[in-house]
Amino acid sequence: MDILYKVFIEPFVFMGEAPDLLIQTLWEGLVSGVLYALIALGFVLIFKASGVFNFAQGIMVVFAALTLVGLYERGVPAFLALILAVLVMLVLAVVVERVVLRPLVNQPDIILFMATFGLTYFLIGFGELIFGGNPKEMITDALFLPQGTSEVDMLGGMVRFQHLDIAAAIIASIMIGLLAVFFSKTRIGRALRAVADSHKAALSVGISLNQIWVIVWFAAGIVALVAGIMWGARSGVSFSLQIIALKALPVLILGGFTSIPGAIIGGLIIGVGEKIGEFYWGPLVGGGIETWLAYVIALLFLLYRPQGLFGEKIIERI
Amino acid sequence: MLYREAGQFKTNYVADSAIFPLRQDRLGLGLIIVAAYALAFMGSDFLLQAVLIPFLVFSLASIGLNILTGYTGLLSLGTGAFMGVGAYACYKLMTAFPGVNVIVWIFVSGFFSAAIGALFGLPSLRIKGFYLAVATLAAQFFLQWCFIRIPWLVNYNVSGALEAPLRTLFGIPIVGATATPQTRYLVVLTIVIVLTWLASNLVHGRIGRMWIAIRDMDLAAELMGIRPLQTKLLAFAVSSYYCGVAGALLVFLWYGGAEYDVFNINQSFFILFMVIIGGLGSLIGSFFGAALIFILPIVLGIVLPAMMSPFGISVGADVIEHLRFMIVGALIIFFLIVEPHGLARLWQIGKQKLLVWPFPY
Repeated sequence: MDILYKVFIEPFVFMGEAPDLLIQTLWEGLVSGVLYALIALGFVLIFKASGVFNFAQGIMVVFAALTLVGLYERGVPAFLALILAVLVMLVLAVVVERVVLRPLVNQPDIILFMATFGLTYFLIGFGELIFGGNPKEMITDALFLPQGTSEVDMLGGMVRFQHLDIAAAIIASIMIGLLAVFFSKTRIGRALRAVADSHKAALSVGISLNQIWVIVWFAAGIVALVAGIMWGARSGVSFSLQIIALKALPVLILGGFTSIPGAIIGGLIIGVGEKIGEFYWGPLVGGGIETWLAYVIALLFLLYRPQGLFGEKIIERI
Repeated sequence: MLYREAGQFKTNYVADSAIFPLRQDRLGLGLIIVAAYALAFMGSDFLLQAVLIPFLVFSLASIGLNILTGYTGLLSLGTGAFMGVGAYACYKLMTAFPGVNVIVWIFVSGFFSAAIGALFGLPSLRIKGFYLAVATLAAQFFLQWCFIRIPWLVNYNVSGALEAPLRTLFGIPIVGATATPQTRYLVVLTIVIVLTWLASNLVHGRIGRMWIAIRDMDLAAELMGIRPLQTKLLAFAVSSYYCGVAGALLVFLWYGGAEYDVFNINQSFFILFMVIIGGLGSLIGSFFGAALIFILPIVLGIVLPAMMSPFGISVGADVIEHLRFMIVGALIIFFLIVEPHGLARLWQIGKQKLLVWPFPY
């Protein structure tokens, strides 16, 4: 009985007693959720358009951030460095399309998945060779990212909001909004959706697959750059950042691999669920459950809906 | 010239369905096994300890994952954790019952891993493809958390690490600090040969055909009367058994002691690389994959500095390390482009070419 009480009653009583703590936890969960969503978005973009499960998305985040910081450290002005970093991601997209995707067209998914592993290895070596393997500080000041915290009196307690977190949430939201408009309103966006629906049909109406792939990899590169700046500002730019890419996987599962709104809502659910779970239920089992809670949440959702919350319905025929 | 089919007639069904229908193949296999045993007495300690033992251990783990991913078509990223279960189970059994021979416990520990694997395989009935891969990540992270948080698993020792106690076979130490690389290599080699032979019989028999049917199209297989739940869970169990034994070998016969960190997510990816590069659905591919992924970086580490020195470029160890990453990455992509079906397919093509040589077909 005691254990039932501890699992089902006590955390909720605690939530009711200290609503400010609850709001603080919710806020932190939301912020990390938005950032997870941003990384997941990179995966979704590429998966939708080319059916490639891009394992290299995590290292692309690191690589983009490293390029930005590395250029700045060599005396390039911050905004020029930003533009150059975007250009580097464009070059990367073109090279990946030429060297990796084009020769492997029409291969099984798992082979392309493996090819992105190769890309990951290559980028790790390449990034370290050029910029060094040491962790770097993100150039928050030069990019005019706000710092500091505000404390707000709320519900009988103080809730702290990091300015950086607020900025991250806003920028990520703008980014997601822009992508949504890009996908639904522009000519290229329509072409991307056509490719996502069917490669063959898209080809038959004159859409160039190669061009589309470059565009999505470039878009994913820009998303990676933004994600890299945000995560880098929070926890420094180093190769350990690519671990968060793995955190984007349960987000993908929840949202479904092919849905942009799914990635966002999945990100929020995972972010909030993870923080709340760790804070209120973590101590029961000795803490540290943040590492696997997200996956278990995703797994439970999957058992109910195997294609994710917003994924396309799976229809199988023989 | 020597590699010819001519004159070898198949006169009964047993000969027709043999795994190695050619006399030369059987001879070659025998030679390889003899050579592998001979290496124990001729190879240096470095070769045995740093190259051959890990190669065999990773080959075994790759065979395990290949049964799941290559033969049954279920993508798993929890290999590292399943290896860990085997290692921790073996440690608990070894220390709880010191009287029983350690070889027995290495084989038994695989069953614990099989049980856990089957448990985490349950979602595979509903989930497929990359979704399943992420579901197995739950196993990976949850089990790794268990290894850290449950001190009972390491008998409450302060360091929190697995330590190999001294264990002997026929009076010769095979596990523990005093065991020589030679004896450990012989033990690992024998276990790997036995388990590979078992795996070969499994995948070529009725069970293997069931797995392949599920892989090719599970809906059709179900209509043909193959029960998907049992078949998939069996694949998970057998695969995890192999991974578990490989994990136990890794800790007790290679490292001699290890922390939870050995069984992290990178280990899972590492094994998956080997399986895909080697060839999905091929036992010999597992060995090729392990050789390429594990031995290639070692060779590069030795060859690269030697290659650079004639040009007067002296480079630091860190640059070599980075170049190694780049080359391995580029080679993975290169091999996939050349032959997406893995090294095993290249091997098959090579053998076919050799059979008809000097004619093109």
